[in-house]
Amino acid sequence: MNAAMVGAPDARDFLGIEALLGEEERMIRGVVRDWVRGRVLPEIAQWFERGILPRELAAEIGGLGLFGMHLHGYGCAGTSATAYGVACMELEAGDAGIRSLVSVQGSLAMYAIYRWGSEEQKQAWLPAMARGEAIGCFGLTEPDFGSNPAGMRTTARRVGSDWAIDGTKMWITNGSIAAIAVVWAQTDAGIRGFLVPTTTKGFRAHDIERKLSLRASVTSELILDDCRVPADAVLPEARGLGGPLACLNEARFGIVWGAMGSARSCYETALEYATTRVQFDRPIAGFQLTQEKLVNMLLELNKGTLLAWHLGRMKDAGKLHGAHVSFGKLNNVRAALAIAREARTILGANGVTLEYPVIRHANNLESVLTYEGTSEMHTLILGKAITGLDAFG
Amino acid sequence: MKIVVTVKLVPDPNAEKKIDPTTKRLVRAGVETVLNPYDEYALEAALQLKERVGGDSTVTVFTMGPEALKETLRKALAMGADAAVMLSDAALEGSDVWATAHAMAAGLKKVGFDLLLVGGLTDDGSTGVVPGALAEHLGLALVTNARKIEVGSGSLAIERETDTGYQQVNVGLPAVLTTALTFGEPRYASLKGIMGAKKKPIEVLALADLGLGEAAGGAGSKTELLSFAPPPARGKGQVVEAADGASGAHAIFEFLRAKKLV
Ligand SMILES: Cc1cc2nc3c(=O)[nH]c(=O)nc-3n(C[C@H](O)[C@H](O)[C@H](O)COP(=O)(O)OP(=O)(O)OC[C@H]3O[C@@H](n4cnc5c(N)ncnc54)[C@H](O)[C@@H]3O)c2cc1C
Repeated sequence: MNAAMVGAPDARDFLGIEALLGEEERMIRGVVRDWVRGRVLPEIAQWFERGILPRELAAEIGGLGLFGMHLHGYGCAGTSATAYGVACMELEAGDAGIRSLVSVQGSLAMYAIYRWGSEEQKQAWLPAMARGEAIGCFGLTEPDFGSNPAGMRTTARRVGSDWAIDGTKMWITNGSIAAIAVVWAQTDAGIRGFLVPTTTKGFRAHDIERKLSLRASVTSELILDDCRVPADAVLPEARGLGGPLACLNEARFGIVWGAMGSARSCYETALEYATTRVQFDRPIAGFQLTQEKLVNMLLELNKGTLLAWHLGRMKDAGKLHGAHVSFGKLNNVRAALAIAREARTILGANGVTLEYPVIRHANNLESVLTYEGTSEMHTLILGKAITGLDAFG
Repeated sequence: MKIVVTVKLVPDPNAEKKIDPTTKRLVRAGVETVLNPYDEYALEAALQLKERVGGDSTVTVFTMGPEALKETLRKALAMGADAAVMLSDAALEGSDVWATAHAMAAGLKKVGFDLLLVGGLTDDGSTGVVPGALAEHLGLALVTNARKIEVGSGSLAIERETDTGYQQVNVGLPAVLTTALTFGEPRYASLKGIMGAKKKPIEVLALADLGLGEAAGGAGSKTELLSFAPPPARGKGQVVEAADGASGAHAIFEFLRAKKLV
């Protein structure tokens, strides 16, 4: 084709990544984008400021079919992994807190049951969780064991045919709104996962206050005090740390995309602002320094989104390794933070208010950088993958 | 009951509209195509009606437009329509209202229906004439602005919205209705709906399938667009400078009162 016939690139989809998506993926993107625009964007600043997440959102999101959307059967939509990523990107373009609700529900709690649960456990929980009627949480981290969950102190011991669980889980998303908690604990046979209905005697959850990031998301402490669950509460197929790590990989994959949602929102806000804000008698977008910022954002946003897409296709082809996900999470969250930071400077003082989404995304991304494996952990995973040497301990 | 809803695939209403001076048509390139918003409301009304009537009721969406826009039509299937029919033919390009209604009516006769729901207006053409023209070509009664539809046996009891209230109208089936925007916001397509949409049929009809040829497109049109002009640029608004909130509010109130708006 004659070069002159190629239309100028679209500032909002510079590399034409949209065209790489399949029809269903585009439709799903459209629905989630519409929902975020109609339901989340008008109110998110207020939710964030007040530190709340309206309960009824779960049923709405369930109605759309977003919870566990890439799982098959049990009332789940059965989409591609790429479609799940696309949805995460749109949700996080709204707010990482909303995306976290969906990530934890679908990729941590539901996936744990889907991957490691018995048929009875799947039937009992997955359909209600897909509808958003039952919220799940995932308790791995403890006050003294974050990056190194292998050392966890929570224990589950046999009492007759039951299990008695004791311990504390910290920083647990959805903890106090959950109906079902997936709790990881040490047993005689190593780390095992348990399905603990939150109404069980000996189970308590209370919210962690004074959180300045991911404010539109519930983060709780779980206390299990001689919490008794029956023999069939254990996830039969999960043994050792591989159990929770498989779930984390699912959620991290969503974050690879989600981070680019935050980044896109920041970039688009900054671009719009820079072209309309006038200083020294011209739009600030006309200054070379501003253009460099915008172009840096453009590069990283498009590279990160392409990376997410590539990993999505690898996942759909069954060729995605955990280290690939680490590559994506490390790169894309780091890139998103840099974009949010640069976008914030373009907005000047407006960049520090909730009137614009940028500072909210920047704050949220601090959590995203830390949870699901800190950037340091992903660096060490990649370091080990290419050198063969373990630098964790 | 077989319900058919006509939908038009229009450029995104939120995008800036540009008209190509040579073809005198809206530029679609680079603009997303969506379901005409009024038609989405009509579809919502149809889906509600189907849910209420139950049984073997179906909702079919019918569009006239290029086959390339199939993906947009699939959104209607994802929202819950059971089947879709596209009337697509290069010869239909440039159709005016008469030619559009003429071709659509032939297609709709072939599809068959008990009830035809039509959005009151399209976002791009905005003539609002097609519903009436369709009813005329089909030889059926038209009830506009229906805000409530009760199904009787072989007939409908309809409340139609007027400027001052509503009228109660009964109409025998088959009939043509346009819907008011009172049926609630069009539903979101669910992910399951999207995943299921690809299994639903989209039938494509050409003019030859309808035995139409001569009276189609620009050739079959009875009107000709001679020229067009953008709306005049808006004058500068009136800026009210006020010392404080109270006097500002007062100034605005006086302005509205002078215009008899309060
Ligand atoms: C908002 C939010 C929601 C969360 N939701 C959940 C949830 O739902 N479920 C759940 O189980 N957990 C959740 N977490 C916990 C999260 O996964 C942990 O915070 C994370 O794993 C880090 O653990 P830590 O905070 O204990 O930090 P630490 O592990 O104490 O790390 C502190 C710092 O030391 C660094 N560090 C540690 N070890 C090394 C090393 N070997 N080499 C170099 N640097 C090292 C870390 O990278 C980090 O920078 C959530 C956290 C947040 C903030």
